[in-house]
Amino acid sequence: MNTPAPKEAVIKMYESRADIHPREVKGRFAALRWAFVWLTQLLFYGVPWLVVNGRQAVLFDLEARKFHLFGLTLWPQDFIYLAALLIICAYGLFLVTAVAGRIWCGYACPQTVYTEIFLWIERRLEGNRSARIRLDRQPWNAEKIARRGSKHLAWGLVALWTGFTFVGYFTPIRVLGDEALRFALGPWEAFWVLFYACATYENAGWLREQVCKYMCPYARFQSAMFDRDTLIVSYDLVRGEPRGVAKSAGAATAKGDCIDCSMCVQVCPTGIDIRQGLQYECIGCAACIDACDSVMDKVGKPRGLVRYSTQTALEERWSGAHIRQRILRPR
Amino acid sequence: MSDFTSEFWNWFVGLITVLSIAGCAILLWSQSRYKVTLDENGAPRKTTGHVWDGDLTELNTPMPRWWMGMFWLTIVFGVVYLVLYPGAGTWAGKYGWKATGEYDEEVRQANAAYGPLFDKYLHQDLKQVAADPQARAIGERLFLTYCAQCHGSDARGNKGYPNLADGDWLYGGDPSVIKETIMKGRNGVMPPMGAALGSDKDIENVAHYVRSLSGMAADPIKVSFGKEKFGACAACHGGDAHGNPMLGAPNLTDKVWLYGGSVDTVMETIRKGRNNTMPAWGEFLGEPKVHVLAAYVWSLSNDPRRAAPAREVAAR
Repeated sequence: MNTPAPKEAVIKMYESRADIHPREVKGRFAALRWAFVWLTQLLFYGVPWLVVNGRQAVLFDLEARKFHLFGLTLWPQDFIYLAALLIICAYGLFLVTAVAGRIWCGYACPQTVYTEIFLWIERRLEGNRSARIRLDRQPWNAEKIARRGSKHLAWGLVALWTGFTFVGYFTPIRVLGDEALRFALGPWEAFWVLFYACATYENAGWLREQVCKYMCPYARFQSAMFDRDTLIVSYDLVRGEPRGVAKSAGAATAKGDCIDCSMCVQVCPTGIDIRQGLQYECIGCAACIDACDSVMDKVGKPRGLVRYSTQTALEERWSGAHIRQRILRPR
Repeated sequence: MSDFTSEFWNWFVGLITVLSIAGCAILLWSQSRYKVTLDENGAPRKTTGHVWDGDLTELNTPMPRWWMGMFWLTIVFGVVYLVLYPGAGTWAGKYGWKATGEYDEEVRQANAAYGPLFDKYLHQDLKQVAADPQARAIGERLFLTYCAQCHGSDARGNKGYPNLADGDWLYGGDPSVIKETIMKGRNGVMPPMGAALGSDKDIENVAHYVRSLSGMAADPIKVSFGKEKFGACAACHGGDAHGNPMLGAPNLTDKVWLYGGSVDTVMETIRKGRNNTMPAWGEFLGEPKVHVLAAYVWSLSNDPRRAAPAREVAAR
């Protein structure tokens, strides 16, 4: 007791990643995300197979410098349209971010979409969150090898199909498929198929939230676009605190609505606690909203302890209608 | 390393390269651990302790370990690269790779592939080569690559750069002369004649006389005065002003003007002279390519299907 505590300690500036096993979540926003997964992936995997006028409908023929978009053929001198499109996309993204936060990250970003698909595979083959954590701790035995192996095999197949589809936008996909079946891909085709397959496998299988946290520039300049009226996934501190379970129902125990069940933490794909406020790691996927809403339903409290809101709205205790009115204000 | 007069820069570059890599490794090693103060609970603080503007603090959140692994990989890559390839001063690298070596190898391969074709034409007469459509197609590509910058893609020249399609030749239009011009280049010099002729008035008179030779508008009185002074020009351009292909002295009676035929321009040419250079291509392209090129240039103003050079004479 009397030994003086050391005043200094040496910490490592680099640490291995703590595995995150997000719990499966069901709810309004999860359904919306799955709708986007289906929409974007049906488009991505399906479009190269469309044929218009006897030719692949969307084909960016780099070698011939011809870019076919259904009936339209663009040439290198039409690149200005691509520039304009990219500028519109960029500004669109900035506008949406300023108003509604990281909607793109949460629902449509390929990183989120493929992580969702890979997580789905993981759940089917390795089980739910607790089963996966158990599997992590388990020594290597036949079961673990089978489960892990089948997961990586399934990931690899999805990744290969993704790489194949991607290259199918640049070289006729039917010819490519024929070549792939005969193991007769050209060296560059093989390289790019494998390159994109590896990128998909690594990013969606292994790196996941680290792409958002350490690599994505968009995630890093959020603060330049956010203001106090930007929609964010937020925990209602006033309503929730002090957290904990009330000893007896109805008693004036001065506990907040948060029962500290930690469901919002367990479902978070980036491993943060939303109750600590706005954090740059938050990709705005709203999994914690779904999780908290289902808990609130069970304990008989109103939904929305964690909800889409703004910093101003939380402080001023605004209603949803007031927030919408504020968003639509003339600027 | 003939560009450098001493070994200093080699050592400079080599040392900086090696020290930079070592510095990166040291930095990486030293920065992977960090001494922090403890808070009141004895836990390491989450900030570095640096504060700006009163409340802006720097977090010391650890980076992912694979990230540092990638830094180490770049260092390993850099060391391996510098062992295998030239990069550290005069060290030539284990592979002995050179940019010029790679270029020479590509040239060697191209020569092996196309050499026989050019050699076939080299043994043919230039007019026979010009009659060969494939040779003309090759010649056109050579022309567009090496000649079009000055003479234009239609070979019609520009101010100071002769028109090669008009049948008018400074050094003669025989295909062998054209080949010599391309092989060895030309240096056409018109000396400044201002002092030799006298006053501005004299120069103007000579300009009018020269214009009259091509039947262009000229003041008759100035023409007659200019004619008297033309003797100074006759040494090169000849008494009849038909020029001298041995010297590259232009024919002044054919309405073809290299720099323009206005009174002012002709006066400028007389007063200040002209100096014109056609670079020599023999060493760079080699005789077989120049042979095909010369045949193509000749074919621009001659119909190669006719055996006799027709317009060459007419232009005189």
